[in-house]
Amino acid sequence: MSTQNKNNLLLDVRNMSVDYYAANGAVHAVRDVNLSLKRGEIVGLAGESGSGKSTLAYAIARLLRPPAAITAGQVLYYPSIQEGERRTAFTAALEQANSKITDPVNSPTQSSGVDILKLTPPQLRAFRWNELSIVFQSAMNALNPVMDIGTQIIDVLRAHQPERSVQSCKERARELLKLVGIAPDRLRSYPHELSGGMRQRVIIAIALALKPELIIMDEPTTALDVVVQREILDLISSLCKETGTALIFITHDLSLLLELVDRVAVMYAGKLVEVADRNNFYAHARHPYSYGLMNSFPTLHGPRRKMVGIAGSPPDLRNIPAGCPFHDRCPMAFEACHQVIPALRTPFADAPEQIAACHLYDPKITRTTQMPGPADLGRGYEIQAERSVAR
Amino acid sequence: MNPFAEKKSVKAVEDASLALYPGRATALVGESGSGKTTVARMLARIYDPTTGVIRFRGQEVKYKGARVASSLRAYRRHIQMVFQDPFSSLNPVHNVRYHLSRPLRVHGHARSEKEVTEQVLALLRRVSLSPAEQFIEKFPHQLSGGQRQRVAIARALAARPEVVLADEPVSMLDVSIRLDILNLLTRLKDEEQLAFLFITHDIASARYFAEDTLVMYAGQMVEGGPSDDVIQSPRHPYTQLLLSVAPDPDRVQQVINHGNTSVPTRGEIPSLIKPPSGCRFHPRCPHAMPICSQEKPARTEITPGHWTHCFLYDQPGEKPAKQAKIIDAKSVQRAK
Repeated sequence: MSTQNKNNLLLDVRNMSVDYYAANGAVHAVRDVNLSLKRGEIVGLAGESGSGKSTLAYAIARLLRPPAAITAGQVLYYPSIQEGERRTAFTAALEQANSKITDPVNSPTQSSGVDILKLTPPQLRAFRWNELSIVFQSAMNALNPVMDIGTQIIDVLRAHQPERSVQSCKERARELLKLVGIAPDRLRSYPHELSGGMRQRVIIAIALALKPELIIMDEPTTALDVVVQREILDLISSLCKETGTALIFITHDLSLLLELVDRVAVMYAGKLVEVADRNNFYAHARHPYSYGLMNSFPTLHGPRRKMVGIAGSPPDLRNIPAGCPFHDRCPMAFEACHQVIPALRTPFADAPEQIAACHLYDPKITRTTQMPGPADLGRGYEIQAERSVAR
Repeated sequence: MNPFAEKKSVKAVEDASLALYPGRATALVGESGSGKTTVARMLARIYDPTTGVIRFRGQEVKYKGARVASSLRAYRRHIQMVFQDPFSSLNPVHNVRYHLSRPLRVHGHARSEKEVTEQVLALLRRVSLSPAEQFIEKFPHQLSGGQRQRVAIARALAARPEVVLADEPVSMLDVSIRLDILNLLTRLKDEEQLAFLFITHDIASARYFAEDTLVMYAGQMVEGGPSDDVIQSPRHPYTQLLLSVAPDPDRVQQVINHGNTSVPTRGEIPSLIKPPSGCRFHPRCPHAMPICSQEKPARTEITPGHWTHCFLYDQPGEKPAKQAKIIDAKSVQRAK
């Protein structure tokens, strides 16, 4: 199983750090993040606004511009190497570069991967959209209002595959619209003639245009209605399964995320605090922050009860407190949390894939072998809420 | 588009009736374009209804004739709104003190500068913005989304209203902050006996916050009643649709066990310039019968207090007695 997993690796983010340079100091938006993604896997990236989710995604796609700068890290991408039909424009661009200079890092071998952060501009152009495409926040407004949608789809195809004929581009555009459930005769429609949900479908069609290996979606459904949101989610889910596309889905709404993804990664103050597969996360979110997020939704069923959210607000990323960044909001914090930054560990015998950055699960620090369960975390939040009311 | 074409009206709200009670919240749920906000704006008298009657404490609200302006101000003193987007509902060039002092001055609750400061501080404490002395001089850009929404709520409270119309007060906020704001509103409702109209598209938060829930579709109310009745045993097919698509952590278990089994939903809210005949939901309704496209379904009482407009349940029932209403809107309509 493990060797197979290794071969299936698509993307490996290593020790990524991103800073925004502001007049009053650097904002450490992403700090030392490690995240890997398998082929065809759907990973959800969750966290509050300002936790660095979007910054991380844009760093992977190399879309950050000053004042943002990637200060450390690697994004290793493993292109699928198959002889014959699927020799992509990207691998072609890499080979072209290799014939001129032999770059040991950026040779397209399955074992080492390609560092996206070191791609030259022509390679990057070949990489984007052929291998990775991105759907932005409020994507409904990402369409050009003065071009019909057919032109916009064909524009993408022509820009990234210039050798393609106009006729085959049109053919592909019709195919794409059909794929996302829009009648192909809407190719001549302008964005204002389409509803919000249909515009979102068009954006997804454009993202799929060149059959990328990986799509990043940054809150693709926030501006949509509940009914349309459900349709789009079902569409995304079925398309990813059909085409075997890997997906990074960014949202702050965990209730939505959990129905869609295979794996969840929770970010807080620029750091990953917990990564787990969906089932384990749902059954037992280990980090107190993840637990708090999971319990901030009112439910539709069961008894109506008073719920407590996570008190306080995220720290200032210019001036991150010592120790665990969550310690001043955490109901379970103890002395070590104020001093030592917890590392991501896999302390759970029953869930080897689940990792959390929390001292509560480190027997060396807590000096007990007993780990807190969900009930303990829940009680912690309740006590914290009572205390804040008393104050 | 023909600019010389005959002007057509959009019937944004048709035949809506609702009542608000002190110390109770009524949630208005529906898709965008269903007329939820228009209802709130009619109650706030930002728009006047085309037909229908709104009563406040049993007295009919006047729209025309002498002394409308002064009666309007008297009315608005009692009825305040909280808007969806705290980023645009606060003026970026004014600080918190200014935002909260305007309603105090306009409605004559504070005369001197000292009184204003005292009351502004008290308001900030009521919405749990502490230390209040620090927040009073801040500008909107120095506040987070949740803090801004608290200021917006404090501004509504400054007029000392009896009714608060909250138009999606949490939907622009982060999930972890939503619950804080909902708990704040719950406290205001319970401790100060405010009447709330809570507009939302999130059914789960309607159930959490509001005692009663009304479901709107295409400008009409299709189902209403105690929140638990409406949400646990939805009757109207549209309410059932809304519930089936709502994100629900509890469903994750089902997805884990059986895969994604949700029914695909098709169609969109119809144009209100030329709404479908009969029941407006019939083109999307899985249970549509011939009669649905011909006649408008009447109100059917299912259990005491829980009613729906649907031919599936069209049987006579008995009518229960009602509590004293603070706001009573009868058959209000609004065309734009």
